[in-house]
Amino acid sequence: MEHKASHPALQHHFENLEQQREAGTLGMWVFLVTEIMFFGGMFLAYTLYRTKYPQAFASASNHLSLPLGTINTGVLILSSFTMALAVYSAQTGKRRGQIVCLALTLLLGLTFLGIKAIEYHDKYVDHLIPGRLIPGRPFDASGVHLLPGAAKQNVEMFYWIYFAMTGMHAVHMIIGVGLLSVILYFAARGRYGPEYHNPVEISGLYWHFVDIIWIFLFPLLYLLGRHLEH
Amino acid sequence: MKAPETFEIPAAARVNYINAQYGLKSWLLTKDHKRIALLYLGSITFFFFIGGLYAMMIRLELLTPQGDFLSSTTYNKVFTQHGIIMVFFFLIPSIPATLGNFLVPMMIGAKDLAFPRINLLSWYIYLLGGVITIYALLAGGVDTGWTFYAPYSTTFSNSYVIAAGLGIFISGFSSILTGLNFIVTIHTMRAPGMTWFRLPLFIWAHYATSLVMILGTPVIAITILLLAFERLAHVGIFDPAVGGDPVLFQHLFWFYSHPAVYIMVLPSMGVVSELIANFSRKNIFGYKFVAFSSLAIAVFGFLVWGHHLFVASQSVYAGMIFSFLSFAVAIPSAIKVFNWTATLYKGSISFDTPMLYALGFIGLFTIGGMTGLFLASLAIDVHVSDTYFVVAHFHYIMVGGALLGYLGGLHYWWPKISGRMYPEGWGRFSALVVFVGFNLTFLPQFVAGYLGMPRRYHAYPPEFQVFNVLSSAGASILGVGLLIPLIYLVWSMRYGKRAEANPWHLPGLEWRTASPPPTENFLITPVVTWEAYEFAPPEEMQVIGKFREGTDLDAPIIGKS
Amino acid sequence: MSVQLRMSEHIVPLRIYITIFLALLVGTGLTVWAGGHDFPGSLNVIIALTIAVIKATLVVLYFMHVRYSSRLIWVVFTAALFWLGILFALTLSDYWTRGWLPIS
Ligand code: HEM
Ligand SMILES: [Cu+2]
Repeated sequence: MEHKASHPALQHHFENLEQQREAGTLGMWVFLVTEIMFFGGMFLAYTLYRTKYPQAFASASNHLSLPLGTINTGVLILSSFTMALAVYSAQTGKRRGQIVCLALTLLLGLTFLGIKAIEYHDKYVDHLIPGRLIPGRPFDASGVHLLPGAAKQNVEMFYWIYFAMTGMHAVHMIIGVGLLSVILYFAARGRYGPEYHNPVEISGLYWHFVDIIWIFLFPLLYLLGRHLEH
Repeated sequence: MKAPETFEIPAAARVNYINAQYGLKSWLLTKDHKRIALLYLGSITFFFFIGGLYAMMIRLELLTPQGDFLSSTTYNKVFTQHGIIMVFFFLIPSIPATLGNFLVPMMIGAKDLAFPRINLLSWYIYLLGGVITIYALLAGGVDTGWTFYAPYSTTFSNSYVIAAGLGIFISGFSSILTGLNFIVTIHTMRAPGMTWFRLPLFIWAHYATSLVMILGTPVIAITILLLAFERLAHVGIFDPAVGGDPVLFQHLFWFYSHPAVYIMVLPSMGVVSELIANFSRKNIFGYKFVAFSSLAIAVFGFLVWGHHLFVASQSVYAGMIFSFLSFAVAIPSAIKVFNWTATLYKGSISFDTPMLYALGFIGLFTIGGMTGLFLASLAIDVHVSDTYFVVAHFHYIMVGGALLGYLGGLHYWWPKISGRMYPEGWGRFSALVVFVGFNLTFLPQFVAGYLGMPRRYHAYPPEFQVFNVLSSAGASILGVGLLIPLIYLVWSMRYGKRAEANPWHLPGLEWRTASPPPTENFLITPVVTWEAYEFAPPEEMQVIGKFREGTDLDAPIIGKS
Repeated sequence: MSVQLRMSEHIVPLRIYITIFLALLVGTGLTVWAGGHDFPGSLNVIIALTIAVIKATLVVLYFMHVRYSSRLIWVVFTAALFWLGILFALTLSDYWTRGWLPIS
């Protein structure tokens, strides 16, 4: 077994950095598998109820703000791009680039959350927070324009799914923002370079995954049913 | 490094994982998988006894046909809490988090699990979940049954559903993290020469278990979250008034909870494979079949959950599919049973305590599995669903299978874990008491259930009393049988005979290091040049350099201490 | 083991990152446009999902480097999709066949 001078980041129970990196990457992928199954339960509920109440779902969906949703999709894709560049900069040893890209990613993540908050607030104003989540302000679908064949009481089904899915997605974004802040802190102190950057890499995997969830949420929640409007 | 050399056997390594550091802090902040295993061992034992107390209350109530000891509401809480504690806080972590945690790195020749800090975190998460659940029990309890079916749990129950659900939700993450750690460790940290087909079957079983943990647990997590959401805000998720469907809850719940029964029994099967091969001193019959049947169980286990919904207004067509698939899942389990039996054939069997448990496992698991097939037949299930037949079925597997495997493994590896021998006479005696007590408890329940006694009621028609008296008597015997090991194992930690490195004279890697092992398990990284369960005759052992005249050790210690 | 695991890290060129980014933006535009358009039958759903799947695949393959990763990572990822498929297929096997048997 070769014994190179060991890197300060090498943990005692690994033979070398390569093994450590392999374990870290595999670990993150396995974790993402659990995330897929976690969101999968909600996608299943969505599929069932949407096929059951297509008109009610379309009516409710059309009440969401398409411009805000589209902008947010763009923001998230851009943040994935900057995240990928941050990893690239770490791999190629560009320290400034790494810090700038990480900071941009963080900022874009926060922008996404800000826009999401505006959307949530709009729903609050329209009495569209489902159930008795807000005391004294029960759900009321009268503001939603109903397409023919849509039953009013089923509109609420769409909104709990909307809030459950985008809410869980937002929680993941918040966790991602926290994660990236830590990474940014260490990056600023020059911890990551071509030899050792696995933490940047696997945070990137997580960030891209959260982006992918949104790539599905956007059409499912905002778009399907738009064409029925006219 | 070349092939392992032979060294003098140290009575005990001077510095081992237990005496390497002292003080409470050195335990609570440890990253050593062996110490974390002990932390888990203590906590699951604690929960096991709480669960046991509830069991005793159930059996006491059912001694007479009248509901005289507990009111119906209290009784509902007692069986619910028994189920929640035993399933989520004892059986699911039992073998993986204790024996698995201790042995997975050691059996593959690694210094630790891949993520030691996450391993410690998982224990804290487990504790947090446990504390919240205990809070729910103390604050007023839960009465929904461990299955939390909607709409009772979301709308009608007046008990602490959300707190208990939160506890289970949180402890689920500890199970996910354990599974994740095992998978990564087994993939990336095997010692040089430890190929996949040289892995002990215990490792294969844990790999398969970990798959179930990471693929199933997230689904129960989201299910419980949605349940809590619905209960808090009544948004209609499982509420037909708004358009929701309560049966969706059952689908999601059983998507996890059927595979979860394999989280409980697969590790136990891994233990039994070790015990059967090692105490027959033979290579396991059909190693690859046993190894792959673990994976097959992990996969097929996900295809059968609908057999819990046969009478829940599930479509008959889906019922037929699930019934068929449930029959299919029995095949890999049967393969294991046949291979174990074939391994025994012409083996030099010794009936030490662990082996007694292993043999008990085979018999009881077979009964449990076969009655599962009864239940998986659509027409029979309509008759016996929600009766004591079902209760007997799953206890045969979860107690007769999972618990016996756990106890067998605990005795088998006790010398390695504690560095002390347990008293063999007491061990065999209590194994027999457990076996007798268990059968007396649950065999009558098959009959009562088949005759129509429903589960989950505190009163019953008098004609069922004879079965219930037998069952309660058996439960007391079983309780005593389980207390004896607790006493002598604790006793042996101090007063037991010191264990050698390899008290059973076996070839596995974990026996090639001191008892108890040093902090990083091996003093130098082992290089594996032998197959799993390689019991060569002694003359051959000498030729290949693994046996030394004058020592009673078949396998060399790796590294000096 | 570590010797077997060794795989040199692949650095994806900048050009590819930029291309993928642009493709994702185009995909987003396309799906928004298609969403407002009335296609026959359930084509709307199919188009929206196809575009989403393509976008997700691009992210997985290039941003997440799966295209350049070991076989194991492929297996892990497809396993997740496979199990998701089990969850959907068997649950839907119930819901889709519920009306088949006329119950009086
Ligand atoms: C391998 C370990 C197994 C364990 C730990 C286990 C455990 C359980 C548990 C806990 C229940 C009761 C759930 C409840 O509270 O309602 C149950 C019910 C059932 N089991 Fe098993 N089981 C196992 C194997 C099998 C097998 C192999 C089959 C069939 C091939 C099977 C078929 C069933 C069926 C059909 C039910 C539902 C009975 C009903 O509620 O009507 N089980 N099992
Ligand atoms: Cu089952």
